[in-house]
Amino acid sequence: MEARDITTSSRLAGKPRRRLEAPSPRYGEKVIQGLLAVCALVSVAVTVGIVISLVEPSLGFFGEVPVGEFLFGTNWTPSFQPQSFGVLPIVVGTLSVTLWGLLFAIPIGLAAAIYLSEYARPRVRKTVKPALEVLAGIPTVAFGFFAFAFITPLLQDVWPSFLGQGPNIFNALAAGLAIGLLIVPIIASISEDAMSAVPAGLRDGAYALGASRMRVALRVVFPAALSGIAASVVLGVSRAVGETMVVLMAAGNNPQMTLNPVEQIQAMTAYIGTTATGDIGQGTLEYDTIFAVGLLLFVLTMLMNMVSIRLVRKYRQVYE
Amino acid sequence: MSDGIRTERTRLAVAGARSVSMAELTNQPRGEVIRGRIFWALLMLAVSIALLGLALLLIDAVIDGADRFGVGLFTDQVSGIPENGGFQTAIIGSLWVIGGVILFSVPLGVGAALYLEEYGDGTKWWNRLIELNIQNLAAVPSIVYGILGLAFIVRGPLSLGQVALSASLTLTLLILPTIIIAARESIRAVPPSIREGALALGATRWETTRHQVLPAAVPGILTGVILAVSRAFGEAAPLLLIGATTFVTANTNNPVEDPYTTLPVQIFNYFGRAQDEWLQLAAAGIIVMLLLVLAMNSVAIWLRNRYEQNW
Repeated sequence: MEARDITTSSRLAGKPRRRLEAPSPRYGEKVIQGLLAVCALVSVAVTVGIVISLVEPSLGFFGEVPVGEFLFGTNWTPSFQPQSFGVLPIVVGTLSVTLWGLLFAIPIGLAAAIYLSEYARPRVRKTVKPALEVLAGIPTVAFGFFAFAFITPLLQDVWPSFLGQGPNIFNALAAGLAIGLLIVPIIASISEDAMSAVPAGLRDGAYALGASRMRVALRVVFPAALSGIAASVVLGVSRAVGETMVVLMAAGNNPQMTLNPVEQIQAMTAYIGTTATGDIGQGTLEYDTIFAVGLLLFVLTMLMNMVSIRLVRKYRQVYE
Repeated sequence: MSDGIRTERTRLAVAGARSVSMAELTNQPRGEVIRGRIFWALLMLAVSIALLGLALLLIDAVIDGADRFGVGLFTDQVSGIPENGGFQTAIIGSLWVIGGVILFSVPLGVGAALYLEEYGDGTKWWNRLIELNIQNLAAVPSIVYGILGLAFIVRGPLSLGQVALSASLTLTLLILPTIIIAARESIRAVPPSIREGALALGATRWETTRHQVLPAAVPGILTGVILAVSRAFGEAAPLLLIGATTFVTANTNNPVEDPYTTLPVQIFNYFGRAQDEWLQLAAAGIIVMLLLVLAMNSVAIWLRNRYEQNW
């Protein structure tokens, strides 16, 4: 009797639920989504933190040193009297090292990319590319040591006398070459990706018209991948500008406004590293230079990265 | 019999036609052929220079450091005399720092990647802002992270002081973008049909992610994590700002109280003493560091190539 009642009542309760919604509100799912969102927001917090940690002390600094004097002054002597805060000498130092690095890394990196993408057999490519990736992970301290203990002595030995005085024990050229070596894998790897992404149809068309392999590589693939290649170079530049250990160990500590590769210079990152490890009291004007230089460095690399992201987007839009 | 002759004729005719057309089509002007050869030679030269340069870097460290390489590097602590100096303190410091980095960076990085790939709506402006932000952070110079760590972790809000935990947190922030980008790529590579299958069977979003998407993406994530952690291991610049350069004579036993140093920073420290004996010691330290880093990176690349799936 009772059992029958239940069956009838459940039948009377209507059709079985047909909606696909979960029977409970699933609060756990919401909690998990919230936690994951917090993880993603950490990166935003980091950016905000970087900006605050740079801008706040810099404001104090620029209260005492006019921005114009800082950006366009040509005399950088924060640590001795008379103090002078013209940042250009260490900017030029960074520029010099970056320049020598790129003169080495761009041709070598791009040639390696063309070779890997257009010439190498699949087996060679499968070995060389991972090897480059492994080498890209070598700590920069090792590059700094290499620049000081190998490149500089080598340069001093082979320096032709008609070029004038040979390289100083610390010099921009050795540091630049080591940084160049450091960014070759970056440029080669990203450019190769861009070149491999060029549709095979473009290559086949050129080959069908009788173009040689060199022409296909230089006139078809290279221009088609140009924005990706440019992005790799910009990324290489920003790596070179931000590199600290190599310039600290091999380029010297003497802020001179010169592009002469054999001279000792000081780069922006090296200045920050040296000053922070020295024994300068916090809160002094001299200590605050760290943050002003850091801010400049941050803004420079940020701008370059924006350009690089734009370039990559552009080539993705064309071929996908 | 006649069949045999016909096939033989056909074969000859095809071969003849083929060689004629090949000769016609590949017959490029002499200048073009020579230019092509020179270009190829230049490419090979460039590739050799790059590989030779990187090989020399390894060889030079081995030659310079060979005399000092030995068990002593692992058993001796920092010393004022080059003959007695080793890297034990630094290696223990590095282990503490890297342990912390793994502990913090993996959940944060994978969590952020899961949010961006599985939950966040990519068309909403705030999610695009997070994405752009991560790309930008990946290019910020490492020394700037040192300034961040100095302002917020060593002093300021957290005020942890110059201890290994501060270094772990700073390096975590440094490698977080790399881990997120790598994890996103491998999560994206899991085909939508896997998710749809799980969802159609009534799994919730998190069950799908946890039991289907994540396991399939693990090899790629692991590769990204190992590469990023090996970068953190070799990083020295930010640690200069947050206090790893102090002369530490005792091994670090407590990552939140004791002073510390790390392997790359100790190498830099020995290097800075400039006499030949110290340079030798620094080179020996570089050998240890390179062996560790290259081993880690090779495992990472091997993992990726071994478990790479083509769906």
